[in-house]
Amino acid sequence: MEIVVVHAASGKELARLNNLSASSTILDVKKTFHKHGKKVALHRQAFRTEPKGRTLNDNEVLKSLQLSSGSTLYFKDLGPQVGWKTVFLVEYAGPLVVYLAIYWFQPRFLYGRLHADPRFPITTIAAGCWTLHYTKRLLETLFVHRFSHATMPLSNIFKNCGYYWGFAAFIAYYVNHPLYTNPANELQMKLGFLGFMLCEVGNLSIHVALRNLRPAGSTERKIPVATWNPFTSLFNFVSCPNYTYEIGAWASFTVMTQCGAGTYSYNL
Amino acid sequence: MLQKSFTTFYLVFYNVMMTAGWSSMGLLWIQHYKNTGNFFGVYDKLHMWLKVVQSMAILEVLHCATGLVRSSVWLTAAQVYSRIFLVWGIIVSVSEPIVQHGTGFALLLMAWVITEVLRYSFYWLTILDMLPYLIKWCRYTFFIPLYPIGVFGELFTIYAALPYLKASRLYSVELPNAANISFSFYVYAIVTMVLYIPVFPMLYCHMLRQRKKILGNKTTKSN
Repeated sequence: MEIVVVHAASGKELARLNNLSASSTILDVKKTFHKHGKKVALHRQAFRTEPKGRTLNDNEVLKSLQLSSGSTLYFKDLGPQVGWKTVFLVEYAGPLVVYLAIYWFQPRFLYGRLHADPRFPITTIAAGCWTLHYTKRLLETLFVHRFSHATMPLSNIFKNCGYYWGFAAFIAYYVNHPLYTNPANELQMKLGFLGFMLCEVGNLSIHVALRNLRPAGSTERKIPVATWNPFTSLFNFVSCPNYTYEIGAWASFTVMTQCGAGTYSYNL
Repeated sequence: MLQKSFTTFYLVFYNVMMTAGWSSMGLLWIQHYKNTGNFFGVYDKLHMWLKVVQSMAILEVLHCATGLVRSSVWLTAAQVYSRIFLVWGIIVSVSEPIVQHGTGFALLLMAWVITEVLRYSFYWLTILDMLPYLIKWCRYTFFIPLYPIGVFGELFTIYAALPYLKASRLYSVELPNAANISFSFYVYAIVTMVLYIPVFPMLYCHMLRQRKKILGNKTTKSN
């Protein structure tokens, strides 16, 4: 059957696609449209049944969308895209490099001739916590998360990296400063550290639980419930306890280091 | 309906008061010039007016936030904030002749007074459906020279204040301290100046687009 592709914004007809059947999916439409005109990449294509309707999923079947031969699909170009995984890996690798570089080198352009020597142990522990957090994030990106979308707009990578790398530098600057003031209270440091660790475990537990809700290769969404893991009991109170634990981890980090900059590190 | 008339009354009252406030500053300036022959040095005469009237503009953010006025909260907040920063953060805080009686202050004051008298008049006249085309035209045309003049005055004033901010460490926090934070108002002022570079063109172009939309292709006067 034939599908007419019309540009959603201008109403201009872009192509007439043949070799499609009632059981074809939107993905088939995208592959067919790719051969026409400007050969728009699959991930940049968005189709709708109405000019301002919702974007159709790749696996939706033409028949179930009430489309028949001669029907129109409305097209929108999503612009240059970048993979979700790519963005995550780049935005999380940056903070690791930035923080550890500032911690290790205590660069001249930041601190002048001042040097923290010897360092307070808590500064090293904080660097360790930071490393743990971002290494965990990178590993989760590679092995745990199941993403709903393959790509996002390219401009996001600049915005996201600016945010993550910028705040990493901001926090690292203060915690590793030669004039850093050690928290007076040892109990405070211990509680902060404990809180941080518990929240990291909690956050990981939620990520794993969410992963297990979604079969591999699918983009299904199910309502999460608490599992055998006590950390997942937060599902009984909130929908996304991963954020709860994230806030908890950074609040603990702030208490542990007694550093005002820590309040800005809620890397959501 | 009662609520509608109350909100209308309030908005007319607010905008009339603001028109009066900015007009008063204009009149004081004219009076000062007549008495002293001096274009500068009027800060001492009108600083209370400037502080009170410009601070009242904070209400405009609330008007947007509560939906009383249909405008972007963020845009309004940014605009009001920049004024508050200049008035309280720079002009009031740095009691130096070059800041309070300088060319920069005169330029920005002139731009602000004319623009605000026009803007607030536009608002209350529009609400009462009594807007003469002349006022609408002025509001959407005067900004063309006034906006750059005002920006120049603002930048000049901040620049003049910089050495005093640096030396006095005004509003700043230094390391070491128990909270491990630091803030340099001097650096903040410089960053603010730099931000004018991307922000001013954006706002100016926005106003030009508004002008085209509102004054644009009209060949008849609207009532």
